[in-house]
Amino acid sequence: MWDYTPTVKDHFLNPRNVGEIPDADAVGEVGSLACGDALKLYLKLDNNKEKIVDAKFQTFGCASAIASSSALTEMVKGKTLDEAMAISNQEIADFLGGLPEEKMHCSVMGQEALEVAIAKYRGEPVPDHDSEHDQGHAYPDYEGEIVCKCFGITDTFLKKVIETNRLTTAEQVTHFTKAGGACGGCIPKIQELIAQVLGDADAQPRKRPEKLSNMKKMQLIQEVLERDIRPLLWADGGDLELIDIDGSIVQVAFRKACAGCASSSNTSRMVEAKLRDLVAEDIVVEEVPA
Amino acid sequence: MKEIYLDNNATTKVDEAVFEEMRPYFCELYGNPSSMHFFGGQVQGKVTEARSRVAALLGASPEEIIFTACGTESDNAAIRSALEVFPDRRHVITSRVEHPAVLTQCRNLTQKGYRVTEIGVDGAGRLDMEELKGAVDTDTAIVSLMWANNETGVIFPVEEAAAVAKSKGALFHSDAVQAIGKIPIDMSGSNIDMLSLSGHKLHAPKGIGVLYLRRGTPFRPFLVGGHQEKSRRAGTENAAAIIALGRACELAGQHMQVENSTVKAQRDRLQDALMSAIPNARINGGGAERLPNTTSIAFEFVEGEAILLLLSELGICASSGSACTSGSLEPSHVLRAMGVPFTCAHGSIRFSLSRYTSDAEIDTVIREMPPIIARLRQMSPFGREFLKGES
Repeated sequence: MWDYTPTVKDHFLNPRNVGEIPDADAVGEVGSLACGDALKLYLKLDNNKEKIVDAKFQTFGCASAIASSSALTEMVKGKTLDEAMAISNQEIADFLGGLPEEKMHCSVMGQEALEVAIAKYRGEPVPDHDSEHDQGHAYPDYEGEIVCKCFGITDTFLKKVIETNRLTTAEQVTHFTKAGGACGGCIPKIQELIAQVLGDADAQPRKRPEKLSNMKKMQLIQEVLERDIRPLLWADGGDLELIDIDGSIVQVAFRKACAGCASSSNTSRMVEAKLRDLVAEDIVVEEVPA
Repeated sequence: MKEIYLDNNATTKVDEAVFEEMRPYFCELYGNPSSMHFFGGQVQGKVTEARSRVAALLGASPEEIIFTACGTESDNAAIRSALEVFPDRRHVITSRVEHPAVLTQCRNLTQKGYRVTEIGVDGAGRLDMEELKGAVDTDTAIVSLMWANNETGVIFPVEEAAAVAKSKGALFHSDAVQAIGKIPIDMSGSNIDMLSLSGHKLHAPKGIGVLYLRRGTPFRPFLVGGHQEKSRRAGTENAAAIIALGRACELAGQHMQVENSTVKAQRDRLQDALMSAIPNARINGGGAERLPNTTSIAFEFVEGEAILLLLSELGICASSGSACTSGSLEPSHVLRAMGVPFTCAHGSIRFSLSRYTSDAEIDTVIREMPPIIARLRQMSPFGREFLKGES
């Protein structure tokens, strides 16, 4: 049995916003019956066409697919389209208190449906994908060479998911995108893509900026925490939450396995070293009791 | 919450009488059956009795019974032995719908230079006997075909298949884990050389299995390093579980009639009621001869894990051939081999009953299942389109 969090169970048993919006401004569809999961997302904008005022969904899929869709509709309400576009699949998973890694593709499906809906609204060309074989990664930016023939997944899409989620193994890529999960024929190609993405990251070593405004500094701290630090903690079943930034003092609280972990002071020092390395030399990390 | 357990092909409740039979052999009568003293000797006597009880259920002789740790071990031992017995035969035959205990091992053999043929099935899950006849040749070391399928309950004509294997001098093994205790099996006068049995599928505990080995069949042991089981399976006997299995087999023989009358009637009532209450559903393997306790039903436009979890909320335990429950991403290999349409391959649910299933439990499932399917179809974009078309 899957170890679903109480929030996943709640959103599966009592899904929010199931249905359709007849006069929706944006509709995004991804997945298919053959794939085993699919999501149709409806968005309604306010009169100024700025903010999302309503969202509804229909999902064919397992409990975590239904819960991810429900979470997504709750998360986008009140957001501008740009803010909604910035929602990552990890944030959908976080909203649910986490997903089993094998189910991360459910959160990716939600994020993708959102991108498709917004792209269509903005008039970007989006291919139809209602046939049985076209498995529907319809967001135009993901056009590219099909890597996984079983699920119809392109290299462009895979690279994006590998990069944003900092994936390092083919198995993780399967958990996040389903690619390679059927016949397995594309696993060597997936490994190549991982090497490419990691290589790209290594090729451009990031440097600490010379000078930073307070605003920029806060942004960069958040970015480093998201991109470089939290994925490391997730790998060990832990997590952290940013509580506050006051000048150079960064307050964090450790969550999940990190909370109450005997070596959390070491973890604190690791976080501090990373932030000093990539943001500013004078950063001090303070742990706020959980 | 009281459970309604309709997942007996996964595992079964240990019968109270079986548990009582094994209980003394942990803290009181814990001797080693191989010991020379009286204390081990009295355990030896009970192991011998258990062996006779198992043999009786199979229509076999006691010396044809080898106790193992599980069905998977029996399957592995049978196939490995055949390959060692016939080092010059480099071909293995199995089916596309086997349990992974057989299928994975066969597929691994291709990497060791063996030719492996997986015989297909038709839409109802029936074995392609003509394909089998064409595949067996004098290079074939072993043909391994399941007696009954764990997901659909479809029964293979194993006697006929064994005769085909024998005609070319190949050994024949059957994974009969799902069949034993549910349908009568008689190994006397059979062409089947080896057979696997698992205790926990017939109300004995987990961790005990049997490999039936026909007298005179050449055999090479899988586990070596002890004289137990006439040196055919080394390792100290799991005496308590063996004794339990003996009692479970005796009870299975006594209840065989119940399985094929009461349990079958409950199964038929369940599937008939669901099929008439729920549109766009199909019985996987419905056109074939099946085990009396099993039904696998595919529901269009919905996904199996979601159905199982909603059933589970009501205490109803079933199983699914869908992708999402197992962590794999495709519907089960059995449903794919049968060519179950993609519109419902992800929405298959297996109910497997036992002699403990009550009519009231069946009534509950008949009552609760249709609203669950309706609820998920209402939520599914494909289900909504279908419902619109209906109205």
